[in-house]
Amino acid sequence: MSTNTGFRTCPTTGLKVDRDAERLIKVNAVAAVVFLAIGGLFGLLVALTRWPEVHLLPADWFYLALTAHGLDVLLVWIIFFEMAVLYFASAVLLGCRLAAPKWAWTGFGLMLVGAILTNIVVLQGGSSVMFTSYVPLKAEPGFYLGIILFAVGALIGCFVFFGTLVVARKERTYEGSIPLVTFGALTAAIIAVFTIASGAIILIPTLLWSVGLVSHIDPLLYKTIWWAMGHSSQQINVSAHVAIWYAIAALTFGARPLSEKVSRTAFLMYILFLQLASAHHLLAEPGFSSEWKIFNTSYAMYLAVLGSMVHGMTVPGSIEAAQRARGLTKGMFEWLRKAPWGNPAFAGMFMSLVFFGFIGGISGVVMGTEQINLIMHNTLYVPGHFHGTVVAGTTLAFMAITYYLIPLIFRRELMMMKLARIQPYVFGIGAAGISVFMMGAGTLGVSRRHWDMQFADAILPFDYPSAAFLMMGLNGMFAVLAALGGILFIVIVVGSVFFGRKLKEDEKPSYPDVPPQAAVVAQHGSSESLKIPGTTMLVAIFFLAFVLYYFVNWKYLSEVWPLS
Amino acid sequence: MAITPPTERNWWKEPIAKVELTWIVIAFTWGLFMFFMMIYWHGAGEQNLSNEAYKIRPEQFAEKTQAMIDAHTVRQENGFPVVHPPAGSDVYLTGRLFNWWPILELEKDQSYRLHLSSVDVQHGFSLQPVNINLQVHPGYDMVVTVKPDRAGEYGIVCNEFCGVGHHLMVGKLYVVE
Repeated sequence: MSTNTGFRTCPTTGLKVDRDAERLIKVNAVAAVVFLAIGGLFGLLVALTRWPEVHLLPADWFYLALTAHGLDVLLVWIIFFEMAVLYFASAVLLGCRLAAPKWAWTGFGLMLVGAILTNIVVLQGGSSVMFTSYVPLKAEPGFYLGIILFAVGALIGCFVFFGTLVVARKERTYEGSIPLVTFGALTAAIIAVFTIASGAIILIPTLLWSVGLVSHIDPLLYKTIWWAMGHSSQQINVSAHVAIWYAIAALTFGARPLSEKVSRTAFLMYILFLQLASAHHLLAEPGFSSEWKIFNTSYAMYLAVLGSMVHGMTVPGSIEAAQRARGLTKGMFEWLRKAPWGNPAFAGMFMSLVFFGFIGGISGVVMGTEQINLIMHNTLYVPGHFHGTVVAGTTLAFMAITYYLIPLIFRRELMMMKLARIQPYVFGIGAAGISVFMMGAGTLGVSRRHWDMQFADAILPFDYPSAAFLMMGLNGMFAVLAALGGILFIVIVVGSVFFGRKLKEDEKPSYPDVPPQAAVVAQHGSSESLKIPGTTMLVAIFFLAFVLYYFVNWKYLSEVWPLS
Repeated sequence: MAITPPTERNWWKEPIAKVELTWIVIAFTWGLFMFFMMIYWHGAGEQNLSNEAYKIRPEQFAEKTQAMIDAHTVRQENGFPVVHPPAGSDVYLTGRLFNWWPILELEKDQSYRLHLSSVDVQHGFSLQPVNINLQVHPGYDMVVTVKPDRAGEYGIVCNEFCGVGHHLMVGKLYVVE
């Protein structure tokens, strides 16, 4: 029932969907999933090599696989998917045409060419310099060129998003303010511009250095600016996946934010403070003052962390309020017990929320404490932390929303529903295990990015404690579980997109069932009567865990050699 | 809903629920606490970095290391000189592809000004099993005052990827009574 050839109306949500935007969401999401599969495979090879009893790859292949793993999942999968999220949150949610679709295609093309180029160069073997490519380690010029092309493409995508917001406002396709999810996407896009600018500032000179046109790049300067890109790019993820949490809460429960003001201010905190986090990577470095480190590593007194802690309450709180309004009011947790745990979008979203907070969030703040960083820097604790944020947090959230994108945007019935029900659990538990056991190994001192923790060929011997070997074995097992979850996801998604039953123009898919808004939640101004005891309890448990874990690590620190 | 524009156009004027406000105050206060905890530890804690660092040419750093080795070597071990510098002195440790040079022998409960630098790419100084981890850059001489408080044999693992032989790069450090 399209009223205009450029648009169709979604029979499930009533949203007006621009066909150009829809096509771009599809291609970006497909490219994302392809690189998730490639990067995930490299990740499995890495984990199987670090499993001491398996020790799969030879050393040179291990370092190659680790470089490719970082690039393909941390950068390519996530940014492609974020482009899909940006186009969805602008054109689709605002019922607007996409500004400059040709530019959006150009951006997509550049990203694809860049990603393929970098992958080819890495596979040729001369560029195993890790994702971070710290100078003076030198990769082939194509390595840097590919990343630069990819970033330029992503930048174009961001500007198409901004343009679409302008068009929507001008053409009055919505009333009042943009939706919260769009606001979250806007946060992500603003941080993305900062991220990509930092990347250009450092990678363009590095490219020139790799071809011999620049003689020297200071390693400390490189690291400072590289992480203004590297860490900020992870803040794009945080903004994007928090926006997705809100979107899934809305689509599953008809939930509305407890307070638009609070949730939007929390996003604003990200824009203002998250970019300072380059300092997290410089705490054990020479040449920075402690004043500089303390101010920056804490995002100016933890104001960005405050943003995340606020979302940590408002997202489950909005779900609880919606469920209670629907009559699930018994006790503290009936709303949660009777939540649709068999709906993969909800299950994935809720686990992403819990794991991101408890595993990724707490460990990040602890590790980012100036002094505590000394007992964690470059150990496996670091990848343990960011697998908690980027895999159990972002990737799980992106997987969750994909289950809604298939019927609503790809217009195909979701296939293999039984497998889809368990997929988030398999992947989520696998990812959480990887994070926890790597953090455990890191606490015992095990180095990250290291081929042989037994040091079999080293001239001087050294042995890690046997508990560390146990941790790495468990890490390997959970990596296999996560890989299984990843394979299930790819099979379900690719199967549904290519072989799922095609939905007719105005046909409502059997999944998902999107409830209406009005019937569900109390009106605004009802803040006095807001009751979310279950969420309050969850938040209290989180806070207690945070405080305990924080002090345990100060205790660990106080036991090492005095340093000054 | 979060996917539609706010129903109230003046959403910024709405009151905030008490439970949300309480959490914001607690979270903000906790943030302040964690911020001041880092500052507090600089006064009260024993594990802090001095942030003393100098720019240095790699050859210069290698020379300083060699001068210390020439003056204070006490024995050889697997081709590495074992150096026992006087308590309280400046000691030098060079990271290079793929070893930590030389083996240091320090005395328990004595302070040393430990200089760390690399003569090629970045390395990671990971002292085990104490688990003290520092980044070592070429061109920068990082000075850390260390005071070993337990005698024993320690490993120095390189924990920054430095090339194909990265996993061979293990050093040694002795602390004697």
